[in-house]
Formats: sequence, structure tokens, C-alpha cells
Amino acid sequence: MTIKEIQEEIIDEFAMFDDWMQRYEYMIELGKSLPLIDEQYKTDDNLIKGCQSKVWVHAELKDNKIVFTADSDAIITKGIVAILIRVFSNQYPKDIIEANTDFIDDIGLKEHLSPTRANGLVSMIKQIKMYAIAYQTQLN
Amino acid sequence: MFNVENIRQDFPILSRKVNGQPLVYFDNAATSQTPQQVIDVIVDYYSNYNANIHRGVHSLSQEATDKYEAARHKIQHHFNAEKAHEIILTSGTTHGINLVASGFTSLLSASDEIIVSALEHHSNIVPWQMLCEKTGATLKVIPMNDEGELVMSAFDELLSDNTKLVFVNHISNALGTINPIEDIIKKAHQVGAAVLIDGAQACPHIKPDVQALDVDFYVASAHKMCGPTGVGMLYGKEKWLNKLPPYQGGGEMIAEVTFEKTTYADLPHKFEAGTPNICGGIAFGAAIDYLNSIGFDTIARYENELLDYATKQLLTIEGLKIYGTSQHKTSVISFNIGTIHPYDIGTIVDKLGIAVRTGHHCAQPIMDYYKIPGTIRASFAFYNTKAEIDKLVNALKKAIEMLS
Repeated sequence: MTIKEIQEEIIDEFAMFDDWMQRYEYMIELGKSLPLIDEQYKTDDNLIKGCQSKVWVHAELKDNKIVFTADSDAIITKGIVAILIRVFSNQYPKDIIEANTDFIDDIGLKEHLSPTRANGLVSMIKQIKMYAIAYQTQLN
Repeated sequence: MFNVENIRQDFPILSRKVNGQPLVYFDNAATSQTPQQVIDVIVDYYSNYNANIHRGVHSLSQEATDKYEAARHKIQHHFNAEKAHEIILTSGTTHGINLVASGFTSLLSASDEIIVSALEHHSNIVPWQMLCEKTGATLKVIPMNDEGELVMSAFDELLSDNTKLVFVNHISNALGTINPIEDIIKKAHQVGAAVLIDGAQACPHIKPDVQALDVDFYVASAHKMCGPTGVGMLYGKEKWLNKLPPYQGGGEMIAEVTFEKTTYADLPHKFEAGTPNICGGIAFGAAIDYLNSIGFDTIARYENELLDYATKQLLTIEGLKIYGTSQHKTSVISFNIGTIHPYDIGTIVDKLGIAVRTGHHCAQPIMDYYKIPGTIRASFAFYNTKAEIDKLVNALKKAIEMLS
């Protein structure tokens, strides 16, 4: 599936929820259920420091696509990390560079990308884009 | 007679809703809310006598200057400074600290030592680290214990003839501990060191007397005292303020300027370069009037009642641990629940209309001491109620249910 298709799928899933509590319960489920990153990659090199919560991001290139794994020490952050991984992992660098993250707004989680949250998510998206640019340069 | 419901009427923001819920504001240690009496002063300034001060001969400028200087006198009397020019109006606590730290750059040498406490806010650590980098002086730290109190016996050992400066907050922002500053000032003076007390967290709760304390420098911010943001005060003993060089160059701080030489203005203008926050200064004075009209004894009594009630109610929650358990503390409760991340709790309770602070509270060394990523901090003001504390407890229970 393309990034756009995955984003639309997620928007459809979230449309089923009536209120914020259901949305958050779903995110917490996502955060709890997914083993997102291999312990060996939870290193300081892969750590994105937020004032509030930490995020680890690891990237590798497989068949010209980037595979991302990531984790966070806070469950709600981890839930959003899981969603971002679903969108951006296993995609071509070029597509990642061109993609936007407006869907976060559509699923009612925009506040988590606000700079005041300082939860590492904004830096995580930046980091994902940086990896895409780096791998794209490597592939050219 | 103190009636919290009447007091709440003074604060328009307390009747608004957040996420569809009535606002419960428990982030007072970050910034306090503003009463109508102070808002009116701000509106009056811009509506009626907005002008630059200390320079115009016109009436408006004179009026603004008079009100601004009247505010300085209010601040002087509030803190019981001997002279009005010992009060420097700043942009806030951080500005005041940096002004003093910068001033000491030329007064320190490599063999000198500076002492800070383990309970400091980053703003009372970083400027001194920068000062040490510039001068080669050494930074020493008074350690803390599990209760979140300073280990005073260790302070005694750190003091020596090399100690030139001691910096401690009056009250810890992260834990609420009231530090024994009287003792710290006395002991520091015995070895000839100057003392700066960061009063940002203390001034909303207590009325410090700088002469009785015999403190050399005391700093505070208006926005934690029901005043506006971007204004604060530095008290300095006259002898120290005369000794320190100006912090910034500009208008207002000069006596005479030629391209060969500039002579500096007298205190306090030497440290007040440029157009100050005129409206902010005047509103700061109004905020001090407002707090004094309620009375600091009344405020302290009521806030202690809230603190006791909240402590008792919060401890009914299984797995809740309070950090900072000193007998001497203000109405701040820093806590965690089991292994749940503070960010997760903060996010859920915000959805329920409750404003608490989560994170390391710009006091990472304290979090490192407890080996935690941060805490949830609920800080209460005199306009909060027990019913609001009950709402917090219920919201926390809801968050726990969702997160575990």
C-alpha cells in the first residue's frame, strides 16, 4: 500500500470512534501490544530526547525500502509511534520525503505534534525524513 | 474573612472550560492566574497613559513614570528593602540571575568557588556553570536527601575561604521544599561569600523580608504572583549593585555619552537599559497590592489546608508515590503512580480539564537523584478548592483505569 492509502485506512479506523476516550483507548492498546524495536537498537544514538517522553528510532534499508522500528517510554507516545511506523515503514525513501503528516490532524491527535508537548514526536518525524533523504542520496 | 468562592470571582479564567470540562488549574508553580484587578491596570495603562518613561517632559510620560516608580516603591516595601534603588526591575527571575552572574565575571578568579544546591531549577544552574567556564571558578553542589531536603552538614563542609557566592532557591519548584535560607545566608556570610536567593517559587506563598534575611540578592517573577509575564525584580544590597558592572548597554542606563567615554547612570537605572516593560512593572505593583489585600498569612493558612487535604486524598490511590516529603514545604505535590509514565497521566487528565505539569520541571538533577524520567506536579494556589482536588483524584483514577 502507498503512504496515502495507509493514511486513509487509519483515518477510516479512527472515524469509528465516538469520543476522545475511545481514540485514546485504541492508542493505548496499540502502544501496549506492539513490540516496536529490538532491544539492541534502544541505544543513545537512536534516542530522540523530548522533555516529556523519549523516542527511539532505528532505520535500515531493505530492497531499496526503509524499514523503521521505534519505541517510546510513554504508552500514548508509543501508540502514535506505532501509527507513524505503520505509515512510513517499508516505503521508498522518495515517497517518504514527499509524504505529509496531515492525517494526524484528521484523527484528532494533532495536539501531540505541538512543540509544547516536547514528547519527541516532532523530532521523530523529522528524523524519519532525514533518514529518507540520506538513503535517497545513497541510492542515487 | 477569606471566602474562596468570592476570590474565584476575581479570576475570569477560572470560569472557562477546557476540552469541554470546567478548568481545574493546578499548574500554579509554572504561572499563576491573573485577577481582574491586575487586568484592569493593564487595560488602563494602554487605554489612558501609555508613554515612554524617564525621558519625556510631556504629561503622559510624567504620569507613566510616576506610576512605574510607584510600583518600584510598592515592590520595595513588600520585600522590605531599605532603598527603592535597590530594586531593579527585570524581565523575570532568569534575567535577574543572569544579571548577577554576568556581573561577577570580572570579580572572580580561578581559585574561587561557587555553591549551588541540588534542588535548583536549570535557570539557577546554567548561568553559574557559564560563569565558572568564563572565570575558571569551581561549582560545588549541596546534596539533597530522599525527602527532598538539602543536607546542611554537607553545606558546612563545602564552605571555605574560597567560597565567593552561594545560590539557592527559597523554595524548590519541582518538590516544594522550603529551604533553610536564613541558616544558609548566615553561614555563607561567615566565610565572606555573597548569597543570591531565587524566590520565584516562594513569593506567591510568603512575604520575604530582605533586610531581616540579610540576603545580598533576591530575585522573583511577577507572573508567579498574579502579575503579568515578562517582568520581575532583582533586589541587591546597594554596596553589591554599585560593585557590579552594568549588564546591558543602551538608553536609560547612561549618565553621559560621548564616543570617547560613557558614564553610567545611578542605581537602579544602571541596570535598566532600554525601554522597560512599563505596563508590566505597574501591573506587578498591582499584583502585589492584590496579594497583600488578601494577606500572606491567610494565603499560607489556606494553601496549607489544601496541601494537607490533597496529600491525604492522593495517597488513597494505590501505588502513588510523592517526591518531596519535607515537613517544610509549600502547596506543591510532585508524584508518580506505579510505573505509569507521567506524560500518559498528564495527557489523560488534561482531556478531563485538569492542568497539571508533567516532565522534569527544568530540574533534571532532582529527577536523576530519584532515577525517574519526571513527575506529575500539582501545585495549588489560594483560589483552588478541595472540590477541585477531588476532581483531580477522580481523573487520576480514570487515567489509571485507561492506562493499566
